[in-house]
Amino acid sequence: MPNMSLKKNPMPAQDPNVRNKNYEEVTLGYTEEMALDEAKRCLNCKNKPCVGGCPVMIHIPEFIAEVANGNFEAAYQIIAKTSSLPAVCGRVCPQESQCEKYCVRGIKGEPVGIGRLERFVADWHNNNACDAPPRPAPNGHKVAVIGSGPAGLTCAGDLAKKGYDVTVFEALHLAGGVLVYGIPEFRLPKAIVQKEVDGLKALGVTVATDTVVGRTISIDELMEEEGFEAVFIGSGAGLPMFMSIPGINYKGVFSANEFLTRINLMKAYLPDSDTPIIHPKKVAVVGGGNVAMDAARCSKRLGAEVHIVYRRGMEELPARHEEVEHAEEEGVIFNTLNNPVEILADEDDNVRAIRCIKMELGEPDASGRRSPVEIAGSEFDMEVDCVIMALGTSPNPLIKSTTEGLEVNRKGCIVVNEEGLTSRPSVYAGGDAVTGAATVILAMGAGKTAAKAIDEQLSK
Amino acid sequence: MFRIVRKEALKPTVVLFEVEAPMIAKKAQPGQFIILRVDENGERVPLTIHDYDREKGTVSIIVQIVGATTEKLNRLNEGDCLQDFVGPLGKATETEGKKKVCVVGGGVGCAIAYPVLKKFHDDGAEVHAVIGFKSADLVILEDKFKAASSILEICTDDGSYGRKGLVTDALKELIEAGNQYDEIFAIGPMIMMKFVSKTTEPYGIPTTVSMSPIMIDGTGMCGGCRLSVGGETKFACVDGPDFDGHKVDWDLAVKRSRMYSDFEKHKHEETCNLFSKEAE
Repeated sequence: MPNMSLKKNPMPAQDPNVRNKNYEEVTLGYTEEMALDEAKRCLNCKNKPCVGGCPVMIHIPEFIAEVANGNFEAAYQIIAKTSSLPAVCGRVCPQESQCEKYCVRGIKGEPVGIGRLERFVADWHNNNACDAPPRPAPNGHKVAVIGSGPAGLTCAGDLAKKGYDVTVFEALHLAGGVLVYGIPEFRLPKAIVQKEVDGLKALGVTVATDTVVGRTISIDELMEEEGFEAVFIGSGAGLPMFMSIPGINYKGVFSANEFLTRINLMKAYLPDSDTPIIHPKKVAVVGGGNVAMDAARCSKRLGAEVHIVYRRGMEELPARHEEVEHAEEEGVIFNTLNNPVEILADEDDNVRAIRCIKMELGEPDASGRRSPVEIAGSEFDMEVDCVIMALGTSPNPLIKSTTEGLEVNRKGCIVVNEEGLTSRPSVYAGGDAVTGAATVILAMGAGKTAAKAIDEQLSK
Repeated sequence: MFRIVRKEALKPTVVLFEVEAPMIAKKAQPGQFIILRVDENGERVPLTIHDYDREKGTVSIIVQIVGATTEKLNRLNEGDCLQDFVGPLGKATETEGKKKVCVVGGGVGCAIAYPVLKKFHDDGAEVHAVIGFKSADLVILEDKFKAASSILEICTDDGSYGRKGLVTDALKELIEAGNQYDEIFAIGPMIMMKFVSKTTEPYGIPTTVSMSPIMIDGTGMCGGCRLSVGGETKFACVDGPDFDGHKVDWDLAVKRSRMYSDFEKHKHEETCNLFSKEAE
């Protein structure tokens, strides 16, 4: 008998007032009992609308049926057929706008907790299965993957499983891309990312950290001198945007990228780390996306009073609902319908306030969201000693500027066809470098698409 | 891991490290920099390249032992490895097509000024050099500078070597003496580069400075190294490190460079205490 409860099994989580002072994972994951109970909410629909909502088409009802029967490893094997990073996606995918959005149980009540079940299955596998997959026989072809974020890791994994000799090049000292420098430990423990990277190494993938493609070596050199037959560019969207307002370069104004990198990659909050981080008293985080929520929640953990400054309303926040809810629970204050116009500093150029203007919502714009309009004469100063800009990122121009004939659009995004092929023969691309800042799962999907195309090209 | 193949104390607190990094050595150009981490807890520190040997596959840096990271670095010896060493980063200095230039170096900045000066020299320019140090015990690379420049002025703050006074005084004299420079190239402490730029501005001599602000990744990702140049925000790591000295907002740059000075001081003391405890 299916479990007809209208509500999902709630996700156990650390108490908000405890967790906003530590970096341990906020949500604790389902127990076996919870997972069994939740899995029984799935109706195993014939037409599987949930699968259509998944960018990598995980066989959702099938894996959930295995969970319901207590066959957790079998469930994992079903997910692993189409997804390379289930422990990651189970945590950071926006399920509410993908698989769960189309769940029949969501018509009356809450959808099945597909993301929570995916995470449970992946964690169960990581904790209980110890057989390393057999190393595939080499097929003699060499492929270079640039960037070790979700797109690159996925592409590398799929190719390695087919016997390709894959090298992943990473500019930073640790592999994982945005999964290690951007997403905080308390949302995605770095041990999970490391496990994925170790898994690739076990498959024979070489991970070359400290290698900036475009500087240390160019794509042309990789292909002409190092013998790589194909290249996949998964270099992400790493370039932070700043507002064009006065005072943007004062001390205490950071891009979310810098602030999060100091905390997540450099672990600046730990006493042993040599990397400095400021400990502000009051922070304004400008922006309303997931990165803004991450920056706000990290600031909270440094002991600050934290305000989100966003020009539209609560309804329009682009962040996942769950992230907004977690931030609110942890004490982040939302000052919506405010837009910064200037940053003010003391005589030593330390930030002392952010000047904002109040906004109201007008007619819907091209994106379908109601566009914010300034209320004349409503400027006010909010006293803060730190401003974090979380306004989005664009692709890094380094690879484009050092690779002749690589076509990009006016936003600097690499142009590809439906197989991920760029304007250069045998050079593929995918993820944020192609789409601009998007989600982990879309980047993963692009990595898979390109891996398939590379395999088709090289196995001819 | 990146092995140190040679360590040479040029002065008690100024040390050269030659590091095995063949891929970087193959690509490096004067004016570019690397980022290193000493150990797993280490911060990412940008350092301009002093020299490279493409055949040996090595890159040399010269560091002044002033803070926690450089103290840790100085504890390493030949045969030891650095955790990370990445580059070459930034744009190379443009040295071609110049007839006559003056290179101004300050302190350990002379380590970086030298390869640029040599490149100017090799590209056919007449090169004058003005280099300044706090005192005689910090003077480095004198012979190398001498070999590649037709005039070399050495200044010390206390007069213990060369002439007493600031590099800007010596530079001004050279300009006043009628030397027609196509370009002045200044590398050293930010305050020195600021005043070199102020000195040359009235004469309208193009002045390039090599900036080394606080940064993390060195590839354009963090934006921590941003500067205001001619009213525009620039990232030193990808747009530089060389900029027009007459356009840099110096006051802001100097203040930004001191953002973490309390932390740095504390960390330095902590590291020194730790090392002296270990020694006991």
